[in-house]
Amino acid sequence: MKNGSARTPGLLDGFVATLRRDLLLAWKRPGDVLNPLFFFAMVCTLFPLATGPSVQQLQFAAPGVLWVAALLAMLLSLNSLFLADHEDGSLEQLLVSPQPLVVLALGKTFAHWLTNGLPLVVLSPLVAVAFRLPGATIQVLMLTLLLGTISLSLIGSIGAALTVGLHRGTALLSLLVLPLAMPVLIFGTRTVSLAAAGDGYAAGVLALAAYALGALSLAPYATAAALRVSNE
Amino acid sequence: MLVRGERCLFANLGFSVSSGELLVLEGRNGSGKTSLLKTIVGILEPDDGELRWNGQPVRRHRQAFLASAAWLSHRTGLKPDLTAIENLRFESALRPTRVRDLEEALERLGVLRLRKLPVRALSAGQQRRVSLARMLLASAPLWLMDEPFTNLDREGRALVEELVCEHVGSGGLCIMAAHQDVSIDVPTTRLRLQ
Repeated sequence: MKNGSARTPGLLDGFVATLRRDLLLAWKRPGDVLNPLFFFAMVCTLFPLATGPSVQQLQFAAPGVLWVAALLAMLLSLNSLFLADHEDGSLEQLLVSPQPLVVLALGKTFAHWLTNGLPLVVLSPLVAVAFRLPGATIQVLMLTLLLGTISLSLIGSIGAALTVGLHRGTALLSLLVLPLAMPVLIFGTRTVSLAAAGDGYAAGVLALAAYALGALSLAPYATAAALRVSNE
Repeated sequence: MLVRGERCLFANLGFSVSSGELLVLEGRNGSGKTSLLKTIVGILEPDDGELRWNGQPVRRHRQAFLASAAWLSHRTGLKPDLTAIENLRFESALRPTRVRDLEEALERLGVLRLRKLPVRALSAGQQRRVSLARMLLASAPLWLMDEPFTNLDREGRALVEELVCEHVGSGGLCIMAAHQDVSIDVPTTRLRLQ
């Protein structure tokens, strides 16, 4: 191609570039990623210390505690999803780019899940040991967290996009996101409890997967629309 | 017409810019220069009225219009933690860009030697030069510039004038908001906002 001719990037280019940029930023600022992870690990290790060493009691409380800690850790990380981009003006550049905003928002959300959701899933077996959960239950816990954090990242991106123009929007963000996140929490904890009791748990896993798929197909559009509204 | 809060910023505003022309938006602070630019580029929705690009309503051909417009905001739009090159590389995945070296654009703006530094380490003027390099990289015929001279030294201002002159001279369009006198040697229309 000769000098001066234009190259038009495709849809995938925009998605991959946004994903790469956000992963690179996370790599350069590891504190932002480690904070929520640290929070998750702290809550999950302090809880057994506070309740006492009764194995039965710990195993009974484990699904709820692990899931609530994971949910709050995700909420903690959501606030910064679009905030930095809003402040330095790069969000405006995304808005005026010819690439569809939906694709770019999905790229950012996927990067958020890779840097915040996936590490929680990877860390969960380590902290689950503190609750004396058997190996089979830990596997189910990881599976539910894997599906659940995908939904949480996607749903949370809508809330983060809606509150990006507001100062101190954290409380509002939680209010917006929590009602939509309740089904994830309920199905997540219940599925792990059922697995721990030796009952069938496939239905819960399927429900979580369905919720994640639903969020994947709808949330990016809502996020893109919300970003446009909050930048007006 | 555009209403912000309870204030009507402008109404009954009509203008056209054609190829090889510079439109300078003038007016005191708060007169709506930036809002008008943001309305043109689609960040703000006009409450009434229509914008046409090549005779087509922009509202219905948004992607095509955005592919031919480059927006220089008063904020840099650069990620402070990434280097100039990394920022430009991201930009080239978002919009049609000229296939030429990213470094060439940086060299033109005189910031090539700073390419490996994170943008946060650059001065405000140097950051502005990098965001101008991003504009240069985009192969967009329409340049929308909000106060392009902010933070630039005399040399930088001359460079911006030269770039605009070149761009408009080769058949491009430029709409620029400026609160100071702009005299660039190209066909210029001035629009004064009250």
